[in-house]
Amino acid sequence: MPERYLRQSVLAHLGLESRAVDDPGDAGLVLCERAHLGKVGLRGDPADKAFLAAVEKELGFALPLRPNTVTAGDDVTAFWLGPNEWLLAVIPYEGTPLAEDLVKALAGLHAAATVLTDSRTVIGVSGPAARDVLAKGCPLDLHPSAFPAGSCAQSLLGKADVLIHLHDGGARLDLYVQRSYADYLWRWLEDAGAEFGIAVLGD
Amino acid sequence: MKRQRQRLDVGARIDRGQRLAFRFNGKSYEGFSGDTLASALVANGVRLVGRSFKFHRPRGIYSAGMEEPNALVQLGTGAASEPNLRATQVELFDGLEAASVNCWPSVNFDIWSLNDRVSSMLPAGFYYKTFMWPTGLWMRYERAIRAMAGMGRTAREADPDRYDQTNAHCDVLIAGGGPAGLMAALAAGRAGARVILADEQNEFGGRLLSEPEDGETIGGRLAVDWVADARAELAGMAEVRLLPRTTVFGYYDHNFIGLIERVTDHLGGAAPEHLPRQRMWRVRARQVVLATGAIERPLIFAENDRPGIMLAGAARAYLNRYGVQPGEKVLVFTNNDDAYRTALDLNAAGIVVPAVVDLRADPQGSLPARAREAGIEILAGHGVVGTKGRLRVTEARVAPVSDGAVAGPARTISCDAIAMSGGWNPAVHLFSQGQGKLRFEEARGVFLPGNTIQANRSAGACNGAFPLAVCLAEGTEVGALAAADAGFGAPVLALPETKEAEEAPMEVVWQVPSDRPPGKARAFVDFQNDVTTKDVKLAAREGYRSVEHFKRYTTTGMGTDQGKTSNINGVAILASALGEAIPAVGTTTFRPPYTPVSFGAFAGRELHEFYAPIRRTPIHAWHESHGAVFEDVGQWKRPRYYPRAGEGMHAAVRREAIAARSGIGILDASTLGKIDIQGADAAELLNRVYTNAWSKLEVGRCRYGLMLGEDGMVMDDGVTARLAEDHFLMSTTTGNAARVLAWLEEWTQTEWPDMKVHMASATEQWATVSISGPKARNLLAELTGDFDLSPDAFPFMSFREGIVAGVSARVFRISFTGELSFEVNVAARHGLAVWTACMTAGEKYGITPFGTEAMHLLRAEKGFIIVGQDTDGTVTPADLGMDWIVSKKKPDFLGKRSLSRADTLRSGRKRLVGLFTEDPKTVLDEGAQIVAEPRDRPPMKMIGHVTSSYFSPTLDRSIALALIEDGPDRMGQTLHASMPGRTVPVRVTEPVFFDPDGERMRG
Repeated sequence: MPERYLRQSVLAHLGLESRAVDDPGDAGLVLCERAHLGKVGLRGDPADKAFLAAVEKELGFALPLRPNTVTAGDDVTAFWLGPNEWLLAVIPYEGTPLAEDLVKALAGLHAAATVLTDSRTVIGVSGPAARDVLAKGCPLDLHPSAFPAGSCAQSLLGKADVLIHLHDGGARLDLYVQRSYADYLWRWLEDAGAEFGIAVLGD
Repeated sequence: MKRQRQRLDVGARIDRGQRLAFRFNGKSYEGFSGDTLASALVANGVRLVGRSFKFHRPRGIYSAGMEEPNALVQLGTGAASEPNLRATQVELFDGLEAASVNCWPSVNFDIWSLNDRVSSMLPAGFYYKTFMWPTGLWMRYERAIRAMAGMGRTAREADPDRYDQTNAHCDVLIAGGGPAGLMAALAAGRAGARVILADEQNEFGGRLLSEPEDGETIGGRLAVDWVADARAELAGMAEVRLLPRTTVFGYYDHNFIGLIERVTDHLGGAAPEHLPRQRMWRVRARQVVLATGAIERPLIFAENDRPGIMLAGAARAYLNRYGVQPGEKVLVFTNNDDAYRTALDLNAAGIVVPAVVDLRADPQGSLPARAREAGIEILAGHGVVGTKGRLRVTEARVAPVSDGAVAGPARTISCDAIAMSGGWNPAVHLFSQGQGKLRFEEARGVFLPGNTIQANRSAGACNGAFPLAVCLAEGTEVGALAAADAGFGAPVLALPETKEAEEAPMEVVWQVPSDRPPGKARAFVDFQNDVTTKDVKLAAREGYRSVEHFKRYTTTGMGTDQGKTSNINGVAILASALGEAIPAVGTTTFRPPYTPVSFGAFAGRELHEFYAPIRRTPIHAWHESHGAVFEDVGQWKRPRYYPRAGEGMHAAVRREAIAARSGIGILDASTLGKIDIQGADAAELLNRVYTNAWSKLEVGRCRYGLMLGEDGMVMDDGVTARLAEDHFLMSTTTGNAARVLAWLEEWTQTEWPDMKVHMASATEQWATVSISGPKARNLLAELTGDFDLSPDAFPFMSFREGIVAGVSARVFRISFTGELSFEVNVAARHGLAVWTACMTAGEKYGITPFGTEAMHLLRAEKGFIIVGQDTDGTVTPADLGMDWIVSKKKPDFLGKRSLSRADTLRSGRKRLVGLFTEDPKTVLDEGAQIVAEPRDRPPMKMIGHVTSSYFSPTLDRSIALALIEDGPDRMGQTLHASMPGRTVPVRVTEPVFFDPDGERMRG
């Protein structure tokens, strides 16, 4: 399978692997690139029961319908982006089969699935200072009372559009960012987080 | 190094074990940890710290806080040097270097103090009067005025410091950490609310920090110990954030609040590398509590600006908080009881208080009683009517006053300092910034918070509540109310007991009479800008009735201190001169910032690489390692050309263009916008947004489209492919990708909500490798076996899908160069691999990477337009000679109606043509103006301009595209292009210079 060894992560040029540690120690901000996650953009009408049922059948779970919420199965996580828009994050990396299956399942419905695996990458953020660092560039309230574990939100971080996902448990955040803004965002995070100490983890 | 001769041996909130060396105006001194620069200067007996702005009069330290009008210093040297800092707010650190601003050559001998001798020639409005007369001299005055008025210097070098910014959200923001603010924080914090408590000082406590060690108690604890307890409790609350050294500087709409935190300013050279110098906080608060305290109001009396004359509360702060003597013989001058606290504390510290001069006829409160018990002379019904002393005050002239006039002979009292108080003005600045309305209270002559329109409450001295017990009670109440309004109910806190002496009423006196002739003795209202009572009255006589006009005319409150000590007095004296009530005159508008904020803090980290994101393609690393020169296209970096050793741009572009015409050129086209369009109405959407028809485009085929704005002007162009019956992939120009997607969303969401169509941005999903040239087919054949590349099987304007160079690809046979071209689209992660594979396999064909410059040249040879270069938002398809792409059959499309407007149909519009210079070597400037007749005298009639211009190696001559009035009707005419210093004759020609039938790209 040549496609696998020919691929290159978005932040490959930063040499993150050589900086990766196993134990972040007392670093306030812990970063990693979650490079190899499939992504599918999904549009459809939430009032259309056939659409919801077709997607649920394909995913094995229902799409989130409340704003800024997340639902997930074993390999797929679904983010609410808008009243008729979702992003699916897929393990493994090659999200294309899911997209193709969805396209088939949604045939005849007013719905669309688009493979977006390469259009965004994911920067994983954790550590005790993670929320303080994000607050430097994100105008949203990220306090647990306003942004509980298991939610997502689209906002700005510095000058990059991001989708922020706070994992269940509240300790890990994922930032979905447009591919060409990832370098800016990574450097921005390192600059904003410098005062807390930074550690890089492997993918 | 000099001894700190004014320093007391014991007490105060300084650490005598930590000596700090510093320099002021070139001399070395020593202070202690806990000092401000001002307190350390007072400790060292330095009285003269600056010169006033206009008359350059000698001035001394006047206050102990942010209201300081006199002690402005230039801090540090070199790149990090900062002007106009208030010495009263600068925390002392080891190695600090500061100098007075506004004096030359030195603070002791200032040449511009000559202004003071001729002050009668520099009245209020002097600056404005020079505009008027004598005519023409203004420019000369202006230069001289600037030279003498300079307020410190900004560094020439870039600021080396780092500044941070952060957003924050809270239930209750409390501005001010004095007794009221601390109680509010305790009340809200215990209720469980998210609290931010900010105070501009290095420690919380506010005015309690200036209490003597045996002074006030709260709940049976010494005031400072109570503060420490409160602070410790708050620090232990998970939802409370304590921000000392943080000024709440701006109160904006919807409880949006600006804070500036001085993170490492107090550490000087010892500041840790990893911390920012300052941090700006942008806070959204559900509720705001203002506990900003009060600012002491000066008494306005004749000759009141000599060094050594200071606010009574400041004298007390220097004594109790910093352990320094404000003088050795300190006369106290007051109209209220509070200044007696200063007299009592000075007396207890062994400092001579020759008298308390009290404007009130019969002060009978408990504090005057204590002063009498302590043996301090009280001169009731007296006022200070004049002073003496050049670089410091040496004596005061004191006389009986009654009914606003001197009522008896003056006597002289020797002193080296005067501590004076005219009462306290609540600090209503933030309340007022937040659009709250002020009300005036006659009894104390104060403006107080009135109706608010935002979710805030005021507590303590800023609310006019000066007694300690009331401060604590108000703080408790508003803290609990704010928390409750934010959703946190709370038990009411028990109020701690206090034993503060009660004050008898003050007597408001806006201006102390003098026995000196009016022309001789000046009484200063605004110290920083040298505004005297005479100036205020002159402004009133000259007709300045509006307080806003008065302010600007006299410059009252227009210094860097923004009139913290002068505005209210100025307003009161103006009101008196106008014969109006003070509330009728009102105050000037309070605006952010409360105190000055560094530009660096507003810039934050949005500098250098973070000023604007730099977007790079998946193939960027290759371009970089192969020496590409980049050009900015929007936020993208695109290779402009790839110079070889010793090669300039023109040679490189020539080589690259020739390769694309004769062998193979390869271009990174990944930045072009791509929009995925799906749905039953996808073709209909294209019909509506493009000028041409899309319904009949076959699956597997591509079509070029031109997009118009509603005004009929060309907005974007690009090739769209039909991937399936109801699935299209649109490409846009690089710079318009986001705009076009927003355009489609706007129309489908607002005007055509019934259309069954969805869009998604797919720009970044794909890397696009464009190979172009006669050998392109040979190269592609080596990289794929999946599809037939023969012209019949894979015609121009179609696409195929299959494996190319080992990865899934979609290959479009489209051309922007006019050559046989294939655009290979692969998932972005494979972009670099596919590019590299093309380079390797293409080596034998002399494959040559080309940049945007050669691309622009190649397309110009073909007469292909670039939207935004050959168009400028005023160009219709017809103007471009592109009527062929405008459907006559479609019932409608965006912009269609505008194409039949009289103006878009008229003759005389600028239209696209080609230009050949007479001399084929001359390359026109892009933007050069075109005239028909060069010998006309100006103004000449411009009939058009050059939009694109290159030297074409293919044609071995220069070519240009231009928009020229009725251009197509001028074929063969000679016109003239204006170039720097000359005009160049040009011949109008067709805009397609090469392969007009397109045989090469279709072949």
